Amino acid sequence: MKKKTIFIAFGCSLLVLTSCKTVKPFQKSRINDAEMGLASRKIEKYENNFLLYREGASGGNGGKTGGGCGCN
Amino acid sequence: MAALIFFLNVSKAQTDSTKYRKLKIDEVNFVTSYYHQNGQNSAVTGGIGDERLDDSGNSIDLQLSKFDKKNNKHIFGIELGVDAYSSASSDQIDLNAITSASTNAISHASSHDVRISPSASYLFENTKHNYSLGGGLSFSNEFDYTSMGTNILFSKSSKDKNTEFSAKASVFLDTWKVILPAELRPASPNLKYNQGDKAPRNSYNLALGLTQVINQRLQMSVLTDIGYQKGLLGTAYQRVYFGDNGNNAYSEKLPDNRFKLPIGVRANYFLGDRFILRAFYRYYTDSWKLTAHTAELEVPYKITPFMSIAPFYRFNTQSGIKYFKPYKEHMLSDNESYYTSDYDLSKFTSNLFGLNFRVTSANGIFGIKQLNTLEMRYSYYNRSTNLTSHLITLALKFK
Repeated sequence: MKKKTIFIAFGCSLLVLTSCKTVKPFQKSRINDAEMGLASRKIEKYENNFLLYREGASGGNGGKTGGGCGCN
Repeated sequence: MAALIFFLNVSKAQTDSTKYRKLKIDEVNFVTSYYHQNGQNSAVTGGIGDERLDDSGNSIDLQLSKFDKKNNKHIFGIELGVDAYSSASSDQIDLNAITSASTNAISHASSHDVRISPSASYLFENTKHNYSLGGGLSFSNEFDYTSMGTNILFSKSSKDKNTEFSAKASVFLDTWKVILPAELRPASPNLKYNQGDKAPRNSYNLALGLTQVINQRLQMSVLTDIGYQKGLLGTAYQRVYFGDNGNNAYSEKLPDNRFKLPIGVRANYFLGDRFILRAFYRYYTDSWKLTAHTAELEVPYKITPFMSIAPFYRFNTQSGIKYFKPYKEHMLSDNESYYTSDYDLSKFTSNLFGLNFRVTSANGIFGIKQLNTLEMRYSYYNRSTNLTSHLITLALKFK
């Protein structure tokens, strides 16, 4: 199972990386759209906060991993 | 508000006349939210009892920037957060209390409180060599918890700005004032801390991220947050009832260190001219044997180029830590070193779904020239442990 997961993840990564193209600044109108941002957004601040308290997992999403509050 | 608009106007005027030099306000953000939760597995009463909680969160942040003679950008940020909450379960730290949070006639400081969290940050952007360097300080205080945090970050972009690597190291030096269940005071029978002691909880995090523009419509990022915590990681006023100990409770007891490893992948794809697919997946594991998978999809639909509506759904499943058992299922005779009945750390699945509405305009919204973006978000959360919650958030951006 673990080997299969690693194989699928590796395959997907390879597929994505080989499909990378050099995108020039004037071609980035869609990439630069405010809703295409990859960073965590202000509007999600309190949603991420309560999930930090209510669930055991944290981090990996641009939010907190731990510390700064009496949360898990 | 009027003062803010005045300063934004002054700032704009200065920008026009002294471009690339003077400090100016880039943006001001207000975020306000209301959270309401219901459930019947309060950890304060050993995994049974009312989990009702109301929280009002508010924050304001200012971002200022200036360019120096070498055309490098200096960005300064300050933020103030104020959260006010009332909790039915915290009111049960003393089980003999006559009143409850629901009547606002509280018996403890813990049943309602205010959390204040100011922070400041600085970022230097070298526009010639495409790198950034920065740091920040944060502080947070509530009735039993004080936190001091600091961080440094570095990021480097490729020349074409299609690839970016980032690293952020942060440290939180927190202090928890130990509050024991009332019947266990003043000396804890099972913890090394007693009522009123100041217990440390330190957290060290290293976040590493890689962002890649794949093509004109797709970009992705991979982010990992290596976390290590040390100190009092259990909550002293949360009770554990043992099956072979009658109705006598102990404080929950958890290891004094925890290593966390989450890995997240995010992919955003612009589909056609109106749809955006925002996808996220995270795998999480830690030294308490909790593993979790989280997947999320948000689909903004552009009603106009400046207005969008976005339904979203998030699914999470976690295995639960090895120290968790429900009410009275721990046994003293098992001689367990660690034990808890906190359902946040139990095995469960959860669903979160809702709607996000966003409108933006460079010319102002509702006749307010400086109001650049207005965003509203509602989310409903349910957990397989029967905990449910609602959250509504409003975010305003002034430029």
